[in-house]
Amino acid sequence: MLQLFKFRGGVKPQTNKTPSLGEPIAVAPLPTRLIVPLHQSIGGTPDPLIAPGDRVLKGQRIGGADGWISSAVHAPTSGTVLAVEEHVAAHPSGLPTLSVIIEPDGRDEWIARTPVDYRSLAPESVREMLRDAGVVGLGGAVFPSHAKLTASKTVPMEELVINGAECEPFITCDDLLMRERADEVVRGIGIFRDLLRPQRVLIGIEDNKPEAVAAMKTAVQALGENFEVIAVPTRYPAGGAKQLIRVLTGKEVPAAKRSTDLGVQCFNVATAYTAWRAIAHGEPVISRIVTLTGNVERPRNWEVLIGTPLAEFVALGQPKPDTNGYLMGGPMMGFEMPSDAPLVKATNCIIAGSPTLFPPKAPEMPCIRCGECAKACPHELQPFELYWFARAKNFGKTQEYHIFDCIECGCCSYVCPSRIPLVQYFRFAKSEIWAREREKKAADTAKTRFEFRNFREEREKAEKAERLAKAAAAKAAEKKAEAKPAAEAAAGALADAPAAQAAAPTDAEAAKKAAIAAAMERARQQREAAQPKNTEALTPVQQRDIAEVDARRRQAGIETPGEPSGTADANAPAAPAAGSEEARP
Amino acid sequence: MDFTTPPYLLKNASVQRVMLQVLLALLPGIAAYVWLIGPIIFVQLAIASLAALAAEALMLKLRDKPLGLFLGDGSALVTAWLIALTFPPMAPWWLLVVGVLFAIVVAKHLYGGLGQNPFNPAMVAFAVCIVSFPALMSQWPALGLGLSFNQQLDIVAGLAPRVDALTGATPLDAIKTALKLGEGSIDVPSLLANQNIFGNFAGRGWEWVAAGYLLGGLWLWKRGIVGWQAPAGFIAGLVLIAGALWLWNPAQFANPLFHLFSGGAMLGAFFIVTDPVSGCTTPKGKFIFGLAAGLLAYLIRVFGGYPDGVAFAVLLLNICVPLIDMYTQPPIFGMKGEK
Repeated sequence: MLQLFKFRGGVKPQTNKTPSLGEPIAVAPLPTRLIVPLHQSIGGTPDPLIAPGDRVLKGQRIGGADGWISSAVHAPTSGTVLAVEEHVAAHPSGLPTLSVIIEPDGRDEWIARTPVDYRSLAPESVREMLRDAGVVGLGGAVFPSHAKLTASKTVPMEELVINGAECEPFITCDDLLMRERADEVVRGIGIFRDLLRPQRVLIGIEDNKPEAVAAMKTAVQALGENFEVIAVPTRYPAGGAKQLIRVLTGKEVPAAKRSTDLGVQCFNVATAYTAWRAIAHGEPVISRIVTLTGNVERPRNWEVLIGTPLAEFVALGQPKPDTNGYLMGGPMMGFEMPSDAPLVKATNCIIAGSPTLFPPKAPEMPCIRCGECAKACPHELQPFELYWFARAKNFGKTQEYHIFDCIECGCCSYVCPSRIPLVQYFRFAKSEIWAREREKKAADTAKTRFEFRNFREEREKAEKAERLAKAAAAKAAEKKAEAKPAAEAAAGALADAPAAQAAAPTDAEAAKKAAIAAAMERARQQREAAQPKNTEALTPVQQRDIAEVDARRRQAGIETPGEPSGTADANAPAAPAAGSEEARP
Repeated sequence: MDFTTPPYLLKNASVQRVMLQVLLALLPGIAAYVWLIGPIIFVQLAIASLAALAAEALMLKLRDKPLGLFLGDGSALVTAWLIALTFPPMAPWWLLVVGVLFAIVVAKHLYGGLGQNPFNPAMVAFAVCIVSFPALMSQWPALGLGLSFNQQLDIVAGLAPRVDALTGATPLDAIKTALKLGEGSIDVPSLLANQNIFGNFAGRGWEWVAAGYLLGGLWLWKRGIVGWQAPAGFIAGLVLIAGALWLWNPAQFANPLFHLFSGGAMLGAFFIVTDPVSGCTTPKGKFIFGLAAGLLAYLIRVFGGYPDGVAFAVLLLNICVPLIDMYTQPPIFGMKGEK
């Protein structure tokens, strides 16, 4: 038996999983309309490949990945594209995002599906296939999976962790997927294994899902794989990627590092399933399993087309009359979904809320520094300190106290006796820091541009002055040459005097200008020499790293930094996406 | 459904519940107190509670804060009870009121109210009163007087004269004074043999009150309301210095057990140094805070001019809290072993 490790903190809320476990997964009926947002991964927004009026087939690519960290989207069924327009997204802000509106024709006609034997393909082609099939992390973070399937060049890949923990209360979609489709999940894990070549594959499932554990064990055995299926103690957020990695391997991945730097990578079970469907069946990600539970008459799991409007979906569960809103995700990290938003790849669960299910919160009280939040924090932060600093808008201090290691799991808010919405404060602080970084970057870019313009103008001036000086000198020499014989011929001839006089001032002026320009140039060079650069006094290791980065950049067609072009600064602190690579608990 | 802020599930916890459990944990100590002195302590607790609630209400009104929310949080009651239990049992009612007013108005609300006070309000009240009214604050009833409840009530109400015979010294004071007067001719073991003042391991009777606080404190620890670090630190600090001096010269210094169960040591260990608002927050910090408070309390009570040192020790340590916290931040997930 594998030795398990513990992570500190965590909480044990009521799991509320039983109601939606009673029935098997059902396929949801075709909705009247599909709203497919183009931006459905943590990466870039795919470019629309269709136009209003086009007929699309089921599985047809309607949005192409616009970069490496991006993922394609597809038509969930056959029909007509009504519009490509902004539509309310499944996001707490309720802000619109570019979406493809499709009216199904009811025929559900597939594109030509071409199953492939991925073993015969180069790993790069498999990764590209996954990107073009829209395979993203279905645990909730929707990070493009293909981008996580390259092992670190320097660190040997030791463990591949497969996340079937599903620690959030209410959610059961992964549980049922593992129970009913374990075979294909395991085959999908096989693809990841073949791409990453880890020493061990560890499948972690919370011990409150014995059926899923058994089904996965059977499937692993039947397929002759050597994956280890491990029941981990049920404690939220055991399904957070970093927590599960800790429990199974003992490794702790801080915010500043990628898990591959520690020789470990983590995928959700549903992601493995979709990867298998994409490669072995040629089916892109056009549907997913969603738990519909909470204040509904018929809680269960549905296989739903991506883009199904929330209202049509929840009708399947027959919400009770006192339902007053819908949560997307679990009650710990989820958010209220705008009622006209569509279901997306990140939608693992919809919970119908009611005043009895989620009673109104007691009013917020002042922090009494009891430290319950620090005890509950799985990242061993001091949430109340972060709270004081965030409240005081002392964002520098929040960073000193590692605010970017916060995974927003909500444990601190859950235990707080003063009912302080701590996570909100942390999100606020993070977004403020990002905004300031963006501003600073913009200002830095402007500064670099300005300085370059000044430099260019000075250089041009100097060049011009030099040209003028040369021309004047040449002219003067000519004049002199002309004047000499004349003077010899007629000593003291007055006729030439004006010409000589005229030439002399031009000469002097140009020389003066050239001298000034040269002096300015010298001053500039001195200034530059005096300014220390962070690229000086590098260790050989750093120099090698820089050389590698430059080589990669050249390969990718990106300019190397140092050019005043506003290239993203590699040293900038965590960008919004950087910390979100791991699946959410 | 309040949709603005995840998580939507919350643990059944509140400031009120925390404070209520602290009050409950004081009950074993109070029970021993009643057995020792009589029900007069209930009168003192009531006076302190009423004064605290009135002061709290007044300050909340002046500060334009919601009365219902904050009056019900129980924090003022905890302060009031701690004041009543640390003041002499038959202190005049107005002395308690002065202490409570100072604690609630000055030490708590003038610093920003609940959660904002850098100093422990109950200890501020004790310090202010022992400095301002040293005689009244040192009048502890001699045991075995057999005063009726009505007589006790009259003393508290100021209707009966505060005769000197009525008041004895605390065990801590008795030792200190006797050693000072004896100038080396008296040793501690013979003093402790005096069964009028001293009991099995500390002050007669009072040792059981302290044991009651220990019991309640252990319950608080088991409930997870207080961490082990601060009480353990405090006890360690006190035992360490008391034990060292006792081993060195048992004739001049009382044993650690005596010190642990005398004066405010037990109450301090579990109910004062564990105050989250004015204490340290990091695990290491809590221990350091307790340890230093224990050491300091001993030094003040044995070598200082006051009968006990817990209050001053705690107040002095309150000042150091931000510094201790800053230097004892625990390493976070994934950054252990890194500096």
